[in-house]
Amino acid sequence: MPALGADMEAGTLVEWLIKPGDKVKRGDVVAVVETQKGAIEVETFNEGIVSELVVPIGTKVPVGSLIARIGAPGEIAPERPVAAVPQPVPQPRPTPLPAAPPRPGRADVRITPAARRRASELGIDPATLSGTGVDGAVSIADVEAAARRPAAPTAPAAPLRRIGFNAAEMRKAIATAMGRSKREIPHYYLSQTIDLGAALAWLTAFNDAQPVPNRLLPAVILLKATALALREVPQLNGTYVDGEFRPGPGIHIGWAISLRGGGLVAPAILDADMRPLTELMAMMRDLVQRARAGGLRSSELGSATVTITSLGDRGAETVFGIIYPPQVALIGFGGIAVRPWVVDGRVEPRPLVTVSLAGDHRASDGHVGGLLLNAIERLLQEPEKL
Amino acid sequence: MSDVNARSMIVDILGGIAPEGDFATLSGDEDLREVLNLDSMDFMNFIVALHERTGIDIPEADYPKLRTLDGAIAYLAR
Amino acid sequence: MSGSAPVTYREACRQALRDALLSDSKTFLMGEDIGRYGGCYAVTKGLIDEFGEERVRDTPLSESAYVGAGIGAALVGMRPIVEIMTVNFSLLALDQIVNNAATIPHMSGGQFAVPLVIRIATGGGRRVAAQHSHSLEGWYAHIPGLRILAPAVLEDARYMLAAALADPNPVLIFEHVMLYNIEGALDPAVTGVDIDHAKVRRQGSDVSLIAYGNGLIKALAAAETLAGDGISAEVIDLRVLRPLDTVTILASVAKTRRCVIVDEGWKSGSLSAEIGMRIAEEGFFDLDAPLRRVCGREVPMPYAAHLEDAALPQPADIAAAARGLVRPA
Repeated sequence: MPALGADMEAGTLVEWLIKPGDKVKRGDVVAVVETQKGAIEVETFNEGIVSELVVPIGTKVPVGSLIARIGAPGEIAPERPVAAVPQPVPQPRPTPLPAAPPRPGRADVRITPAARRRASELGIDPATLSGTGVDGAVSIADVEAAARRPAAPTAPAAPLRRIGFNAAEMRKAIATAMGRSKREIPHYYLSQTIDLGAALAWLTAFNDAQPVPNRLLPAVILLKATALALREVPQLNGTYVDGEFRPGPGIHIGWAISLRGGGLVAPAILDADMRPLTELMAMMRDLVQRARAGGLRSSELGSATVTITSLGDRGAETVFGIIYPPQVALIGFGGIAVRPWVVDGRVEPRPLVTVSLAGDHRASDGHVGGLLLNAIERLLQEPEKL
Repeated sequence: MSDVNARSMIVDILGGIAPEGDFATLSGDEDLREVLNLDSMDFMNFIVALHERTGIDIPEADYPKLRTLDGAIAYLAR
Repeated sequence: MSGSAPVTYREACRQALRDALLSDSKTFLMGEDIGRYGGCYAVTKGLIDEFGEERVRDTPLSESAYVGAGIGAALVGMRPIVEIMTVNFSLLALDQIVNNAATIPHMSGGQFAVPLVIRIATGGGRRVAAQHSHSLEGWYAHIPGLRILAPAVLEDARYMLAAALADPNPVLIFEHVMLYNIEGALDPAVTGVDIDHAKVRRQGSDVSLIAYGNGLIKALAAAETLAGDGISAEVIDLRVLRPLDTVTILASVAKTRRCVIVDEGWKSGSLSAEIGMRIAEEGFFDLDAPLRRVCGREVPMPYAAHLEDAALPQPADIAAAARGLVRPA
């Protein structure tokens, strides 16, 4: 049972999407788990053949419990599970495995030698392909078919699930996480008002040239500017664990999404600093849709290295955020409003946004926080470079 | 498109975005964003869905005209 | 002489022998029942009447003795052509072939040549059971110092012999027993063949079928079936089993990226294994599918017709293997 966020202690298995004998690879969705954040699709980090589903549907088990067994390709399942399940559950006899076909070389992707070479020539990651060749191997035809497909801006929409969401449980989860944050984290707060005139003018011009589905929201510009600013100020991107700051492995932005039934989740947009605006926009739309429908994946929870909350066009002016532990910073954007602003010695109406930072004083000081806000302001003055 | 058809399509789209909304009592001049608690992403999805179903290109400058039910119906009838 | 009138593979072999006897007085034939009886498969029928007992010699039933005599004759400058009834019997002469014929040119530092040709009938399908039906040419292809030929078409049956006689080293020609009755026309424009290269007998783009001897006929039949399914199979006739023409094999596999190797011999330790391994060694990155083999079943050849058919590679087996590579289920 994976920890889908620092505050999760247990999860209830509501659906198995695999069965013994199935072949799985890293990233495959294997189960749906009900948590306080709703129903989450759990992905596997392993590759191999499913040999046993240990936890029956409907069972609630603590984080870290063995829920299923995946054998390495060719491995024979042991007679009994090695790790005990912490609460008594009926132990189904392991289903005899169909003999796993022998696999040449490393078992990451089954791909023919010629297809591997072709994929490398075309710059395609074979791990993203499904094979139609002999024994399901990725063949040249699969690689070339993938090369002919236009790159999809978003992953195909996951089947929507509305099971498992419980507003009261989510309230409890937020209470646990935010209570812990306020108890443990000495927050400091900074805020800065930023002129968005240039950014919104650029956005309007960009959107004018785009068909409706490709248009951007101001939020995506704020997100990208923040991600790039965090590159310059890495002290605010990471976690505080065991008495020390650990820099994040990438800039993985938790994007706070409020849910209609109450509550919020902040699934991660991995490597947000490296993605173009159009891709970020597509990812945000997809995340919002799935967050509200209960189709988030385990890899999207618990991997964020920082959180951004943006209150949107009808939001309050300023947000004083609470850090989501064990992260060390939360950046908040208030609603965009036209206000008097001094430009070249004259008062002008300008669209303004107030950006705020809640920082963990154990990990950084206010000076560092100020650098981040300054960097965000600077980056937003040159939106064409985002 | 007739007003009746436009209304039923708009309600259908909004129902997917804000399933808990009370569309029976929705009056034509209320700001949809307020009544249905739509954020900017929701509103954008509403516009995208209108575009995809009708094929009408809706410039961003026209978005404010679509904030009410009456406004949206009138816009689609043009 | 041959014209374009239809000839059988057997007649093509006989014409080759007659040519050899006519063109070089040092040439003579030697073997069991090749003279008055005309040969076990009637290849030498009539030659004793034309050339006499001196040049078409019936031998005692002792392969070791007459193959050894052939080696001795070759060493002193004759051009003997020795016939062995079936490859199973050739094992009685294995010591002469492997320890003497194949080694003497090497051990003498090139002072002695062994321009011996041994014709051996091979293969199954004639309902003559486990002591007359095997395909052991792959064993001989293991031996340095020998050249191993497998004529599968009329042209090779007709002209490989002359090239083999011209080679100063011992050459073994394996004639598949199911080919003798094949009939066709020889191209009068062709007056000789090489004994170095494999040959593409049918062009194709989806899968390479590599075969020799009677396997070639079955591979061509399979290719015809596959064409009906829209699968374009290229068929390679190995012709020369030693030294292997790796260049032609690799070029074909580089084109089709898929390969089925057909070998009537048993799979374990076979010539098909050698070919597959060479592709793995030198053509690995061209492969877009696993290598496949269609080989004889690993049993002594059964006598009963239905069992013998089941033990041998058949066109349907070859087509199924190829289809599995091109259109996996």
